[in-house]
Amino acid sequence: MSEATIPPGAEAPIFYETDEHHHDAGGSTMLGFWLYLMSDCLIFAMLFASYGVFGGSYAGGPQPHEIFKLPLVALNTSMLLLSSITYGFAMLSMNDGKLRSVQGWLAITGLFGLAFLGIELYEFSELIHEGAGPQRSAFLSAFFTLVGTHGLHVTFGIIWLVTLMVQVGRKGLIDANQRRLQCLSLFWHFLDVIWIGVFTFVYLLGVLR
Amino acid sequence: MSADTHGHGHDDHASGAPHGTRKDYIIGFVLSVILTAIPFGLVMSGIIADTRITAGIVMVFALVQIVVHMVYFLHMNSKSENGWTLMALIFTIIVVTICLAGSLWVMFHMNANMMPGMTSGDMAGM
Amino acid sequence: MSDALLKTIFGRLTLESFPIHEPILIATFAMVAIGGAAVVGALTYFKVWGYLWKEWFTSVDHKKIGIMYMVLGIVMLLRGFADALMMRAQQAMAFGANDGFLPAHHYDQVFTAHGVIMIFFVAMPFVTGLMNYVVPLQIGARDVSFPFLNNFSFWMTAAGAAIVMVSLFVGEFARTGWLAMAPLSGLDYSPDVGVDYYIWALQVAGVGTLLSGVNLLATIVKMRAPGMSLMKMPIFTWSALATNVLIVAAFPVLTAVLAMLSLDRYLGTHFFTNTMGGNPMMYVNMIWIWGHPEVYILILPAFGVFSEITSTFSGKRLFGYTSMVYALLVITILAYLVWLHHFFTMGSGASVNSFFGITTMIISIPTGAKIFNWLFTMYKGRIRFELPMMWTIAFMITFVIGGMTGVLLAVPPADFVLHNSLFLVAHFHNVIIGGVLFGMFAGINYWFPKAFGFTLDKFWGTISFWFWTVGFYVAFMPLYVLGLMGVTRRLRHFEDPSLQIWFVIAAIGAAMIAVGIAAFLIQIFVSVRNREALRDTTGDPWNGRSLEWATSSPPPAYNFAFTPVVRDLDAWYDMKSNHAERPLKGFRDIHMPRNTGTGVFLAGLSAVFAVAMIWYMWWLAGLAFVGLLAVAIGHTFNYDRDYYIPAADVTEAEDERTRLLDARAAVAGA
Repeated sequence: MSEATIPPGAEAPIFYETDEHHHDAGGSTMLGFWLYLMSDCLIFAMLFASYGVFGGSYAGGPQPHEIFKLPLVALNTSMLLLSSITYGFAMLSMNDGKLRSVQGWLAITGLFGLAFLGIELYEFSELIHEGAGPQRSAFLSAFFTLVGTHGLHVTFGIIWLVTLMVQVGRKGLIDANQRRLQCLSLFWHFLDVIWIGVFTFVYLLGVLR
Repeated sequence: MSADTHGHGHDDHASGAPHGTRKDYIIGFVLSVILTAIPFGLVMSGIIADTRITAGIVMVFALVQIVVHMVYFLHMNSKSENGWTLMALIFTIIVVTICLAGSLWVMFHMNANMMPGMTSGDMAGM
Repeated sequence: MSDALLKTIFGRLTLESFPIHEPILIATFAMVAIGGAAVVGALTYFKVWGYLWKEWFTSVDHKKIGIMYMVLGIVMLLRGFADALMMRAQQAMAFGANDGFLPAHHYDQVFTAHGVIMIFFVAMPFVTGLMNYVVPLQIGARDVSFPFLNNFSFWMTAAGAAIVMVSLFVGEFARTGWLAMAPLSGLDYSPDVGVDYYIWALQVAGVGTLLSGVNLLATIVKMRAPGMSLMKMPIFTWSALATNVLIVAAFPVLTAVLAMLSLDRYLGTHFFTNTMGGNPMMYVNMIWIWGHPEVYILILPAFGVFSEITSTFSGKRLFGYTSMVYALLVITILAYLVWLHHFFTMGSGASVNSFFGITTMIISIPTGAKIFNWLFTMYKGRIRFELPMMWTIAFMITFVIGGMTGVLLAVPPADFVLHNSLFLVAHFHNVIIGGVLFGMFAGINYWFPKAFGFTLDKFWGTISFWFWTVGFYVAFMPLYVLGLMGVTRRLRHFEDPSLQIWFVIAAIGAAMIAVGIAAFLIQIFVSVRNREALRDTTGDPWNGRSLEWATSSPPPAYNFAFTPVVRDLDAWYDMKSNHAERPLKGFRDIHMPRNTGTGVFLAGLSAVFAVAMIWYMWWLAGLAFVGLLAVAIGHTFNYDRDYYIPAADVTEAEDERTRLLDARAAVAGA
């Protein structure tokens, strides 16, 4: 969307850029990753739609208010929210070029993420133990799939985070690594946005039914 | 040419990706905490008798918190990538809305016509 | 070996999984094995494996990847068409006492595979291949935004095709139709491997398609030459933009539905089951939310091709460029508002059906606008009836007929009679063959000289054209008649002998199309053999209007030695009109991405994972998954992904082009 580079006062129109300056490597990365995130949004949208359609199909089995433990969900939510702010601090340190600080904040983010996953896995195993597993009803299938897919994304995020910590440790805050950290930042915050949808429409509204 | 990578104020950036300040993150965090605590509090305490009102409030708070996340954490603005980021987001929101609303509308009618006597409440006892 | 051990190692794969009792399959396998061995033998004998690996399989060059997509599409066209011939033969003969030669068990796989292959492994690769090849050239770029991802996307698509092909010889394919509707596709009614082959082939290929969508979208947004504002982009690039928006917004839905079906089949969840709260209608709903945008993904690039060709071969600027762009955008949005017309009969009721019936009729309007624009472009133009233009005219007539039957079906009461009849089958073949396939043949004939430096043989191309066009009508018009008479789709045997004549005519049509396909293959063979006579040294054999024609044929790896500066629509035409001088010196080193084998390995591991999951070989699936993670993460540790083409090499290539252009000019007495 740039304009033609015709120098003022030129006689002949210019058809070729003979004085080309170096194309920024990785100039498309942020947009590309954002577009991928939009597609991921759509997967979650369909999972939410399924939850909306199947959310009332209890098949005579457990209902939301019977199985959702809101205090646990609140704890979980705070783990994820805290991990978001700590990742934010990691990015601020990156902008200031402070490598050790970046690594520190990334590590803390990872720990909060692991805490989130741990609590969620505990919740799932409890549910399965009490007979409220994903095979019990369509409602539970939709619940486990929606929340589980989010958890899977968090898992991949943590693997990515650890990988990046190793790469930043080896090569420092070079351009390529900064781009990767920015992409993970988008991913991580996006997962928190999805979680807002989850705790609202699944847990809170579920209990209210 | 990606004009936004040159003459950028901060030289330690890999690209012209938008970034926040410490203040942004802290404001975003505090707002998010409030916007999370209140819905949880309302539901867990059951202080509002009419659950539909509670539901409505909870949903509005969720929407607001999503916007807070978009602005303060994801640094959503209309300048990023010459407006393409915002356009992609808006298009996605439109498609998501169509898919969600459309599916719910269609399936509600399908269930009503093709499984008479099996509305959502009835399915509870199935 | 104990039974338990065998089961652990081989999952549910047994000796019975190999179709040793089915003569047709044995014969097919023999042919494939012998043919495959011959190809492999020849490649080894001529020692080209190294060349293929280095220059093609590991290439991240969009041009090479585009060509590989086209080759994949052509190969799978032969398989998908073989299925079509089998169906036509069966339906032409199976009346009354004659049961035909395809038992139901086999026939159902044939029509399922036919649909899956034609849509996912013929049409999609063709469309993706053309966009990949042409778009970077048209926007004056050197490659797409993410060259490695491009290579990976191709191999994932190829892996998906491979998975489908494996199902022919190991186990069986789905018997559910190409969309695998629930509950038929659920564990209760399809417990065997067929539907699992279907699911994994599509999930693997779907990853490739989605990433390709992101890639091309970013490319069009970020990598246009200076001066090329959106409204100065070639119209094919606009259609690619719309198509890739649709891909990014639609394929995730397919991923989600198939994942849910997988969960039902692997973990016993209840999304689409008949009991425990499941709702098969939700499967239908979701699959068509993807399915309708999918058909626009197929047709929009074809529209783009026709716009380019009409303009070039009428010697005129495209009429109504702005309205063409708006039509594309409107179609893109509306594509999401019509999906229910695929299941009017499922029972959503009058209000829902009316809404979607109306939106479906509305979406025909921008398409109609496009037809008028093409006609107005041709009006008072100097039309050259080269092969691309012939295909275009055949498209205009054929697609309009198909579109009209679509509008007819859009009326819910009419659809209640015609849904899932042969009328429907005729309609969608009408628009897909008349629209997408004719568009691909037009595009192939149009851009082949650019890709290979010589035009396609016109004689054999004309034969192919006429046998395809006439053959199509002979094959599918009877189906409209049969549909109106009430004949249901996907049947393998009939009692009413008065229907037989129509099926026989349709079979003759299929045979004519077979000749058309053979002529197409001969066309390629003959053109390669006679390439010196058909050589084009100018890079612009059709007097083209967009930037791809500004390069040599084939273009150098770097496409443009100097990035063009764009001043107007039809940038190359603008340059020619203003006698733009091609820079002859001052070339610099050019920054290019390196080749890599990682895409091949990742796709290979994905295929292994998929097959392991299909056959319940959990240990192998686990290993493959870990392997995938390891290779993917390992790849990210490689930061050394590019290199520079030395200025001397660029100079040499450009000097060669100058020499060819001068020689041509001398011959032409210019």
